Amino acid sequence: MDTILLSHGSGGRRTHELIKKIFVRHFANPVIKQLNDAALLAMPAGRIAFTTDAFVIQPLFFPGGDIGKLAVCGTVNDLAVSGAIPRYLAAAFIIEEGLPVETLEKIVRSMAAAGRAAGIPVVAGDTKVVEKGACDKLFITTTGIGVVPQGLRLGIDRIRAGDAVIVTGTIGDHGIAALSARKQLSFSTRLRSDCAPLNRLLQKALAAEPGIRFMRDPTRGGVAMVLNEIVEDRSFGIVIEEDALPVSVGVREASQILGFDPLHIANEGKAVLIVKRREAQTVLRALKQELLGTDAAVVGEVTSRPEGKVIMRTSAGGERIVDMPVGEQLPRIC
Amino acid sequence: MKKHDSAHHSMIRALIERIKTLPVPGEGVTFMEVCGTHTMEIARAGLKKMLPPHIRLTSGPGCPVCVTPISYVDKAIALCREKNCVVTTFGDMFRVPGTASCLERERARGADIRIVYSPIESARVARDNPGKRVVFLSVGFETTTPGIAATILHAGDAEIRNLFFLCANKTVPHAMDALLAGGKAALDGFLCPGHVSAITGSLPYRAIAARHNVPCVVAGFEPIDVVRAIAMLLVQTAEGRHDVEIEYDRVVRPEGNRKARDIAERVFEPADAEWRGIGTIPGSGLRLRGSFACVDAEQVFDLSHVVSREPRGCRCGEILAGAILPPACRLFGKKCTPEHPVGACMVSSEGTCAAYYTYEQ
Amino acid sequence: MCLAAPMQLINIDGETGTARMNAVRQAVDLSLIESPAVGDYVIVHAGFAIEKLDRKRARQMFRALNTLIERRARHEKA
Repeated sequence: MDTILLSHGSGGRRTHELIKKIFVRHFANPVIKQLNDAALLAMPAGRIAFTTDAFVIQPLFFPGGDIGKLAVCGTVNDLAVSGAIPRYLAAAFIIEEGLPVETLEKIVRSMAAAGRAAGIPVVAGDTKVVEKGACDKLFITTTGIGVVPQGLRLGIDRIRAGDAVIVTGTIGDHGIAALSARKQLSFSTRLRSDCAPLNRLLQKALAAEPGIRFMRDPTRGGVAMVLNEIVEDRSFGIVIEEDALPVSVGVREASQILGFDPLHIANEGKAVLIVKRREAQTVLRALKQELLGTDAAVVGEVTSRPEGKVIMRTSAGGERIVDMPVGEQLPRIC
Repeated sequence: MKKHDSAHHSMIRALIERIKTLPVPGEGVTFMEVCGTHTMEIARAGLKKMLPPHIRLTSGPGCPVCVTPISYVDKAIALCREKNCVVTTFGDMFRVPGTASCLERERARGADIRIVYSPIESARVARDNPGKRVVFLSVGFETTTPGIAATILHAGDAEIRNLFFLCANKTVPHAMDALLAGGKAALDGFLCPGHVSAITGSLPYRAIAARHNVPCVVAGFEPIDVVRAIAMLLVQTAEGRHDVEIEYDRVVRPEGNRKARDIAERVFEPADAEWRGIGTIPGSGLRLRGSFACVDAEQVFDLSHVVSREPRGCRCGEILAGAILPPACRLFGKKCTPEHPVGACMVSSEGTCAAYYTYEQ
Repeated sequence: MCLAAPMQLINIDGETGTARMNAVRQAVDLSLIESPAVGDYVIVHAGFAIEKLDRKRARQMFRALNTLIERRARHEKA
């Protein structure tokens, strides 16, 4: 079998073969091997964190990752920034007929590897095949479940003026890497997506300083989106320093060429942390000890004024508002 | 350019300190920049508030998208609804509202609209899709026009027969002249667009400087360039001069880029053009020469049925002329926001209203 | 309407070439400039090199600005 056909999704022999040869083979854990209708799991005591996400990225493969790795990391990260220790993942696949089996297998293998890197198995799944044109090659929906340790309280309501704003590393890498994979643009960069699971990194940060106020991962919409979400309708604002933002040279330069703002570009392996000012250096040290946190930096602080806004002190020495992006960044030349 | 952060900061600060020592007439001065990229960079760096209050910066009609009449967008929409048609466009046009729709909405409805960074990509799309008619939305000023002309010539040489151009290219010096002649804007000097001037040279501004007694300085786009150019304008003002000077001399030569202009002139000829909110300015636009009629979308497609209407309450025109600031428009921030723009000034990334809304509210 | 980036030409093939910044490479069309040479710095707009960048003048500009800073620092000390 070299191409996915509609019959692969019809629930019969072909479906069974596909599941065994690709999904069970690569996800390879005792739970999924049982092929039950539902995974029966042991869960430690505590509050349960539960999240779901859908992935429809084009192209399927980009420097530094693919839709499968993205699906695993994206879901793990949603759990991780909630303070949860991720435990299990489930994944549903909607496949467009005609997709080469080799492509599917590559992606599933990548998901399995990402799961292993994060220490989290994919224990349940589903497969559907749709007619040509009914979906764009492959859509993946993932659900993740984890446990939040007793006593851990993260929330925007815990944030106070004076708190420090930390970013765990360089911003905008994923968006630019994904863009460079779309052939039309004829610009190339060695930039790779930062797609990575953050659970271990953030657990280290929490171990160093359990009093972290809040964490969120800036995906589409970039860091600007997260910062604005934090201050919206609140009695505090955020001020960031342009010179403190960790931005790789490739992202800076691609942004200059295309007219993008790094603050609005997608990330897939970064987190924004709000911590008490006097704990900032402790958290920073803990982050920088890990590979994924090498470029972590304090980029700004929470302020009492202006309320509900994000301001940036620019490299030139001025100030401007950082707004939510309206839609996807479009290459502009005018 | 490598960033020497504290040096960069110090340079700008030193220049601003110098600016503060320069004499300025009692009522202060108003300098206008006529380039959307200047509008954006000034806003992005937060420069306006760094200047002393008696030095005001205002934005003119420098955003090619904003000054494009609404009928152009409507024609683009009509084209994308044609059978087997692919519309290629710079990202800037994608969300500009037409009378009833916009390209973004049309794409959601199934139209084949592709955003390109370079006009060359549209030639590639045409070559790779011989069964389709590909139309490129040709907008821009002198910076962009030569590249579009080169693309038309390359496509001709490569015998690509399914590539067409809907042209609304414009030229800057005529607009500047018209603004001042109209007497609407009281201006004490111009920051001239650095990359437009790389093509045109600084000589076209001489007539404007002489006719209207305003100093003109061709400025680059780094914050340091803008601040240097403002200092140069102030020095001229203090000395009572109305000359054309080049701040951006690492790129702009007084005679400009002759080769690029020649290429543009092979393909385009001057024409009257409608500037949204200003009206028709004679000789301020470009149209394809007769020998290129076969690639002119206006002639190849029947667009006579396109009916356009300006949105009510929209004051983009006055904003473009620098006569009012965005908050003076009743729709600003209420009915007209970046998420649901009414006029082009809000939706274009360089639009005065967009820049104001995003950076300065 | 002037969004452009300074890049260095690293390869020329007839009327096209490749230009680079530190971490990004891009295909550029060279039809609009005279006698491009590998090593030249150019301003790239919409995939076209529209003019060369005069590095000598760029250095002069920074030298002049540095002098301004030094003068200001001396003035402040005085």
